[in-house]
Amino acid sequence: MALTNETIKERLIAKFGEQLTNFEEPYGLLTFEAPKESNLKVLQYLFDDEELRFQFLTDLTAVHYPNKPGRELAVVYHLHNLMDNIRLRFKVFTASAQPDIFTATQLYSSANWMERETYDFFGINFVGHPNLKRILNVDEMDYFPLRKEYPLEDQTRIDKDDAMFGRGPLPAAAQQGPSESPMSPNQPELPTSGAPVQ
Amino acid sequence: MSVEHHVKLPEGSIEKTTTTLNLGPTHPATHGVFQNILELDGERIVSAEQTVGYIHRAFEKLAERRPLYQITTLTDRLNYCSSPINNMGWHLTCERLLGVKTPKRVDYLRVIIMELSRISDHLICNSVVGVDSGAFTGFLYVMQYRELIYEIYEEVCGSRLTTNMGRIGGFERNFTNAVWEKLDKFLDEYPKVLKEFENLFTRNRIFMERTIGAGPISGERALNYGFTGPNLRAAGVDYDVRVHTPYSSYEDFQFEIPVGTTGDCYDRFLVRNGEMWQSLSIIGQAYRKIKDMKGAESEIYHADAPSYYLPPKEDVYTKMEALIWHFKIVMGETDIPPGEVYQSVEGGNGEVGYYLISDGGRTPYRLHFRRPCFIYYQAYSELTKGAMLSDAIIVMSSLNLIAGEMDA
Repeated sequence: MALTNETIKERLIAKFGEQLTNFEEPYGLLTFEAPKESNLKVLQYLFDDEELRFQFLTDLTAVHYPNKPGRELAVVYHLHNLMDNIRLRFKVFTASAQPDIFTATQLYSSANWMERETYDFFGINFVGHPNLKRILNVDEMDYFPLRKEYPLEDQTRIDKDDAMFGRGPLPAAAQQGPSESPMSPNQPELPTSGAPVQ
Repeated sequence: MSVEHHVKLPEGSIEKTTTTLNLGPTHPATHGVFQNILELDGERIVSAEQTVGYIHRAFEKLAERRPLYQITTLTDRLNYCSSPINNMGWHLTCERLLGVKTPKRVDYLRVIIMELSRISDHLICNSVVGVDSGAFTGFLYVMQYRELIYEIYEEVCGSRLTTNMGRIGGFERNFTNAVWEKLDKFLDEYPKVLKEFENLFTRNRIFMERTIGAGPISGERALNYGFTGPNLRAAGVDYDVRVHTPYSSYEDFQFEIPVGTTGDCYDRFLVRNGEMWQSLSIIGQAYRKIKDMKGAESEIYHADAPSYYLPPKEDVYTKMEALIWHFKIVMGETDIPPGEVYQSVEGGNGEVGYYLISDGGRTPYRLHFRRPCFIYYQAYSELTKGAMLSDAIIVMSSLNLIAGEMDA
């Protein structure tokens, strides 16, 4: 019998109970959320279970939500069961003050660079990663550029405000500079000469 | 970069130490800007470490301040050997989010363009494998057919390499007669050339000796490393996005998925050649389906999506409504509905994925590109461990590493 979103959901709830929350199916793709300390348990269960067999890591990335205190950073896994041809998406939220998430490199070799990229752009500290260093940006960079507090445009220009793009300015909490921004534990504190234009 | 990347001179006798060799970032054999630091024992590779990011252009950050149409140009520059596939993938992602339903004829026109780009991608890759193993003729021979493919792109959208082709909902204009004539020419002449190309290589003793057993990978390891596309299929896994998650009406076509067994350079070469034959067959089928269409259906080239598809120019000059829509679309002033969507297409190198999150603004809240090249390049150390230096170069070209796709 082919797997369906309902059977996956039932099996996951039978195993993890209340821990998994926010089950959704946007555009038909089963999406749910797990607490950050059990991300590896969920991944391992999805990988090993003889019915679920989610053994292909399609994609791993992160999203920054500065307006959600305590759960600013979301790590998003896209998994694929190639035998039954069904996909799912699962998210783990963490505070940007302590962005520690267990690494998935033991399960998926492909996670190595994807986690390095996620660290590079969002500063997620993947605990247990064999070689967690920047991959696309220069090693000397001292901030995580895809976080929302680093604006793309020159903020001194008044002709280009965010209202032009259909959303208001960021709340004050998100507009902190790199000196106050929390660094991950293994990131050395460098002199903030490369601070972005405020 | 840091100091340890410099060449380490061996201490003491040369024979008893390993040598460090920097292959790239601007080495002629890398065919792109990325670096391999090889540790060599004589000519054997002890270890390889890759450095990428030399042409990182922050596409994901740029996309957060661009309306949907301005992102199409970013996707061109991912895998620039098959940009139309990336363009179509992006438009499919937008259509999925916006709920735009495309007519069959648009799907088939897209299929023609996507399969042409697959051919142009594979023929470059395979002929470059030939160049790197010492056979230049094949490369020059097939190059003129890539030129013909680029002329078709030019007739469709006006540009050749970074195509920025199509719109949300379809194409900017119908295919002209020149497109169909050039396509006829291509379908007529290319099979003979591809046959000749195969004759040059497939049973060529030197080519076989150079590629068989070079950089092999098992299906299991390839899956674990996140391989997709021809490189995964060469390892014996028949995963193809066109079949597993059909998009753009691929379910209407009959085609085979060529697979290999050992995942070495020779199998990758054979799989890509096989895929070119399948692509030719798909183009032929799509061509016939389009020519069989009757009446109004046979002229349709875009979906009805007035908030995202630019109105015709003559209306913009004469009708107020059309002028307003034109400005709203060009200035990116239409709000995108909130949502979260993952859409993937089978690109030249494998599953090209677009993970788009919209918060209801006019630009994506977050856009992530799944770039197959970036994900499978990390297997390079494992593929080349213990191999000869010359094998390492063939492995690099047969993986079809495209720096633009790797670095985003």
